[in-house]
Amino acid sequence: MQLKRLTPQRLYILIGYAVAATALFCAPLYLSDFRLNLLAKFLAFAIVALGLDLIWGYTGILSLGHGVFFGLGAYAMGMYLKLEASGTSLPDFMGWSGIKALPWFWKPFESFAFAAAAGILLPALLALGLGYFTFRNRIKGVYFTILTQALVIITTTLIIGQQAFTGGTNGLTGFRTIFGESLGSADTKRMLYWVTAAALLGAFVLCRFLVKSRFGRVLRAIRDGENRARFIGYNPAIYQMLVFSISAGLAGLAGMLFVFHVGIISPSTMAIVPSIEMVLWVAIGGRGTLIGAALGAILLNYAKSEFSASYPDAWLFFLGALFVVVVVFLPKGAVGLFGKLKIPQRRQSKHEQEPIGHSAV
Amino acid sequence: MNRRTWVSAVLLLLVVSVVLAGCGSGNNGNTGENNTGNNTSGAASGNEPAEETSAEADSGDTIKVGVLHSLSGTMAISEVSVQEAELMAIEEINAAGGVLGKQLEPVVEDGASDQPTFAEKARKLLSEDQVATVFGGWTSSSRKAMLPVFEELNGLLWYPVQYEGLEASPNIFYTGATTNQQIVPAVTWLLENKGTKFFLLGSDYVFPRTANQIITAQLGAEGGEVVGEEYTPMGHTDYSTIISKIQQAKPDVIFNTLNGDSNVAFFKQFKDAGITAADIPVLSVSVAEEEIRGIGVDVLEGHYAAWNYYQTTDTPENEEFVASYKAAYGDDRVTADPIEAGYIAVYLWAAAVEAAGTTDVDAVKEAAKGLEFDAPGGKVTIDGDNQHIYKTVRIGEVQADGQFAEVWATPEPVKPDPYLDGYDWAAGLGG
Repeated sequence: MQLKRLTPQRLYILIGYAVAATALFCAPLYLSDFRLNLLAKFLAFAIVALGLDLIWGYTGILSLGHGVFFGLGAYAMGMYLKLEASGTSLPDFMGWSGIKALPWFWKPFESFAFAAAAGILLPALLALGLGYFTFRNRIKGVYFTILTQALVIITTTLIIGQQAFTGGTNGLTGFRTIFGESLGSADTKRMLYWVTAAALLGAFVLCRFLVKSRFGRVLRAIRDGENRARFIGYNPAIYQMLVFSISAGLAGLAGMLFVFHVGIISPSTMAIVPSIEMVLWVAIGGRGTLIGAALGAILLNYAKSEFSASYPDAWLFFLGALFVVVVVFLPKGAVGLFGKLKIPQRRQSKHEQEPIGHSAV
Repeated sequence: MNRRTWVSAVLLLLVVSVVLAGCGSGNNGNTGENNTGNNTSGAASGNEPAEETSAEADSGDTIKVGVLHSLSGTMAISEVSVQEAELMAIEEINAAGGVLGKQLEPVVEDGASDQPTFAEKARKLLSEDQVATVFGGWTSSSRKAMLPVFEELNGLLWYPVQYEGLEASPNIFYTGATTNQQIVPAVTWLLENKGTKFFLLGSDYVFPRTANQIITAQLGAEGGEVVGEEYTPMGHTDYSTIISKIQQAKPDVIFNTLNGDSNVAFFKQFKDAGITAADIPVLSVSVAEEEIRGIGVDVLEGHYAAWNYYQTTDTPENEEFVASYKAAYGDDRVTADPIEAGYIAVYLWAAAVEAAGTTDVDAVKEAAKGLEFDAPGGKVTIDGDNQHIYKTVRIGEVQADGQFAEVWATPEPVKPDPYLDGYDWAAGLGG
């Protein structure tokens, strides 16, 4: 991004971001261990939401299969943690299933570096592959969405069926240490929290850079008029594949962080309902704005956690009512509410997110 | 920069501050303690919060206990009944004067049939509510999700459902049956009474797969044979293919580990295919009184189940238990094995606390060893080695009124053996 003149508004925004970032990084000072753990989980979810917003809010591709990418990242890190917890013996579920030696595809996950790289690259490559076969053949809209649902079913069925290699429905759990440090100790937890906060910040900056760049403008052009973009000379398929892949990589990253904080990954976390929930975070927060997506994920999960703790019998009704209110009254999500407030503005931006459905080309 | 970004920034600030403020104020009670704990000792170990837990749990006029079952989602239909039985036991204990002279205060949470939620709520109950113990879980996966949390924070979980064994966490008491208290004796009984050719049918998840491995090994050793083994996804409802496979394989008996709705479809289609319980009896390990109501007694009559408790079990304790359960939740309600196991879990914990004189987890665990209790399903004893309980095994036949008639029972409660160490044929199963 080129250097812009520092107007007062710009200064406020910078201050706003700085304060938010400081608040985020100082959270361990004023939150209890339990709350910090919760917040860390929500921050991981916010990363998925950012990735989903890239493809849905900015490119107009609705994926209901991000649970798979999230899950792949989580499984990659889970395999590393499981192997570290098992030490020299086999992971416990393999023993029960009659497996005598570590399967070949588990071996590389003894290395943290490999697991971390795989956690991002595997989902990204899978998305690239899926994108290659769909976007290139101009499969889009609801057909693409259905395909992503199919991907979810295939993956979860595979993982459940191969109990001996994957832990089946129980998933991977019982992690103890990371780099020899106990996962249960407060120090490790704080460190992992900071890693998560930093990852979220990094993901946010990356996404912001992408949507402000020329690449981002092409994405919006594809969203608002794919054929027009094509006739101008862009190949939408390339852009769609790329952004889908980035989005999946972000989901994988989030999955890895999720495993650190929750200590379990199983097929049910990557199934259809969680995949749809991820889209809901973006819809409720406000798609087409990065901050909306991230806040949507954090707030909605916070609400879920609070409601269910206070009203264990009726919390689903509250959550449902919240969805209905937002969808009916705030079509642009929670962030749209604040957009409605009149705030004096001095500079008109040349390129910003148009409301979805408008033509930007 | 345009208006929207600006607004977003303000919004972000606002919301983050509100959330964090909310988080900070929501738990005044223990934030300070936790922080000091963390600040003073650089390497705060996982045990610290646990020590606080036990110190905190019985400091007031009441003792907080957690009740963590799925009140929503697919498992709610089963777990709500267990939760109700546990709450009933808590009320009964309170009415009789409480534990250590203090009233029990249940903290109810919803596990929402979702593993991460179970883990989150378990953590909340232990570190935020600082409960003395937790009663909860149904599926193996929910237990596996909670286990690391309880071990990390040195909490105490009472798990009330029969399961696939191969586990003995120092922080969990298992009041449901392990495999040698349900599956293994049932297989032996079938071999002796119904025939040697087994067809194994189950839902596709950990319990059926593990159970069937055990059955296969046992049949190999005791002279039976597996003529078919099929798994269907959870919620599967079309069994025509599998029924024709059954007809071809001509088994003497079907060992059924299907779960939930699938049982409705399977038993109905099984009967529609013209196969009666006299032709091929089905023995189920996940069909209890509650499920009979859902599946329909007309298609189940004459088939078998293996449990440790039936509503019809003839003990004075059970008569009282069934009466008070019906009085509390309605005449049309039935009791079943997991309901009884949840109910006795509360009593066993209360007895252990009375014996220990404190709710401290380690002291309670020590006091619980060898503890005996006259449960509705017969006398149970806590095995100090693996924290399972001795239970009587009972085979029941479904009657026209939707209840079981006991056709066979072990003369004595069976010692729990979660790793099947006492069986030579189980050596290859690992664990």
